[in-house]
Amino acid sequence: MSAADHPPATRLILEAGRADRQYWYDLWRYRELFFILAWRDVAVRYKQTVIGIAWAFVRPFMTMVIFTIVFGHIAKLSGDGVPYAVLVYAGLLPWTLFSSVFGDASSSVMSNSNLISKVYFPRLIVPLSTVVVALIDFAVSLSILVALMIWYRVVPGWQILLLPVFVLLALLVSIGPALWSAATVVKYRDFRFVVPFILQFGLYASPVGFSSAIVPPEWRLLYNLNPMVGVIDGFRWCVVGGTSPIYLPGFLLSLVVTAVLLWLGVWSFRRTERAFADLI
Amino acid sequence: MADTVIRAEGVGKKFIIGHRVEQHALFRDAMVNGVRRFFSMGKSVLKGSGGIAGDEFEEFWALRDVNFEIKRGELVSIIGHNGAGKSTLLKILSRITEPTTGRIEIDGRVTSLLEVGTGFHPELTGRENVFLNGAILGMTRAEVRRRFDEIVAFAGVEKFIDTPVKRYSVGMYARLAFAVAAHLEAEILVIDEVLAVGDAEFQARCLDRMSEVANSGRTVLFVSHNLAAVTALTRRALVLRAGQLTFDGPVQAALAHYTATLGKTAERLNWGRGGDSTLVSADLLDADGKPTERFVPGMPLNVRVVVETTGMPGLCLEFTMRDELNLPIAFYSAGIFNQVTLPTEIGRFECTIVLEPLVLAAGQYAIDIATSFTNVHADHVVDNALRFFVETCSPGKSSFNFRQSLGTGSFAMALAKPIEFKPLPSASTG
Repeated sequence: MSAADHPPATRLILEAGRADRQYWYDLWRYRELFFILAWRDVAVRYKQTVIGIAWAFVRPFMTMVIFTIVFGHIAKLSGDGVPYAVLVYAGLLPWTLFSSVFGDASSSVMSNSNLISKVYFPRLIVPLSTVVVALIDFAVSLSILVALMIWYRVVPGWQILLLPVFVLLALLVSIGPALWSAATVVKYRDFRFVVPFILQFGLYASPVGFSSAIVPPEWRLLYNLNPMVGVIDGFRWCVVGGTSPIYLPGFLLSLVVTAVLLWLGVWSFRRTERAFADLI
Repeated sequence: MADTVIRAEGVGKKFIIGHRVEQHALFRDAMVNGVRRFFSMGKSVLKGSGGIAGDEFEEFWALRDVNFEIKRGELVSIIGHNGAGKSTLLKILSRITEPTTGRIEIDGRVTSLLEVGTGFHPELTGRENVFLNGAILGMTRAEVRRRFDEIVAFAGVEKFIDTPVKRYSVGMYARLAFAVAAHLEAEILVIDEVLAVGDAEFQARCLDRMSEVANSGRTVLFVSHNLAAVTALTRRALVLRAGQLTFDGPVQAALAHYTATLGKTAERLNWGRGGDSTLVSADLLDADGKPTERFVPGMPLNVRVVVETTGMPGLCLEFTMRDELNLPIAFYSAGIFNQVTLPTEIGRFECTIVLEPLVLAAGQYAIDIATSFTNVHADHVVDNALRFFVETCSPGKSSFNFRQSLGTGSFAMALAKPIEFKPLPSASTG
């Protein structure tokens, strides 16, 4: 960046434990690096394998088939009149978005260790840029949902227009835990083995394979402590409309939990960040 | 205007080095420890403290109480032995890590170049990598686009610019990487050892380019083992020794100070540690078995190494000898050449490796020492672990002093058999 981009009087003071007041300004100034890193991840992903693209289709589709068989046909859970495949897939989409952001961001700092030990930039850029790859995969998987809805002749209501809001919410839910996990993996290398376990657990703890309407009413609020419940419910509501209403108090609770997690994630990442280069 | 752009006051950097008490030599132990570690980890994750129960910690000051000032437009080099704290200082200046004590005030934008080709991705094309690398080094896309043709021409890779860099030769890759770095626009440029790339011709071009940059009024901080480059590019030098600034002044005087201390590495330098083995110290020995920094050409090369091992089988010692330009000139691997590995029991060992005589030209040499899993990967690598010099080299008792600086190489070849000239019938008489 040339000198013209910033005021000439940029006095930088490096000192132990100095809270970097410029951090958020720097984050904005380095936005190009954010896009370039995101673009790199996308380019590499789609260059390395033809399967790269196919993978974005195959994975959610196969999971949907299995969940539909297990929960819809074997366990015979109710879909409230909605084709079970659509119900499952509408839950699977936001979940996959969450799990790719969480999974990729967790390892992102370690896999970019060569950058972190050689160049300065706000480290938040690294885990945040993984969001873009996840979003592109999400867009690809979304096309399957469209195909499914046409196949089962499900006509969405006006709520479908709110879908982007819930995509954004899904991202916010993912980013908090993802940042915390990314920082923890740097500190404790073996934590990366815990990440898949968390995701596995989360898949069944969230209403992906079933509608959260089957949760007994007295547990419903507690269930919403899992912020993905609010996101998935909202997503389903957008796709299949009135037959899958949002449970409002629970949804608000999910929002609060999301905000707390986001704050915790950013805080823990920022705290560990200054030592990244020493730990890697 | 000779105003100060960098002012460092009492800068220190402390590292905590953990010594693992237990070694995971057995998978079973690793599992048990894993469970224990997981629980203690869980606790400390919540508390936010690092470290694992059972580890011992040792403090190590990579830098201590360093003070200096640098004025706008100055060209300053930082020299010192391995582990003297040069890289740590550069990392602090480039904001990669923060100091433990003291403070540094910087006026202006710092661009650091601690490595060429940072972030290059093998799957991406040359063109894509130029933009990626440029962004990583802090250039905007518009800036890269403006200088793109210049960069490509400098690297001389026009024909291959749309080929993935994994298909590049090592030289092409290094040239492209340096070319991006060479076209950075920065107020304060911090450079670490980037000249050790490419062939001699390209190195000369890099040096030219660097002095161009240096003479364009920018402030440059430059770290190198290449003393020729240091004298060519900079006027002032800071000499670091065991984390402390021992000299600050004109570059010639600094080099004299530096070479005077060369080889006197008796103080414990910390070389860090490897995964299953740790090189602790190494000395060159003279004929009487005493440590020395002077090598007499034609004598066996005696190197004493102290190494710690977890007893992992397959580890061996390897040497890479380098000349004054830091180019590798000779290699020895105990594992590959002689099937000798480190003892397969845990502990600290000393060994002396005696290598066949070499007739080395007069000049400076360094040996990188590594422990490595034979033919697999290196475990602990210490660059320039040993430094020594040859004062005079006069093969065959001639009065001629064969020096590296003649540019004819680093070894004198020795005759195995007297030369005889046999008369042959000339073509015309045949």
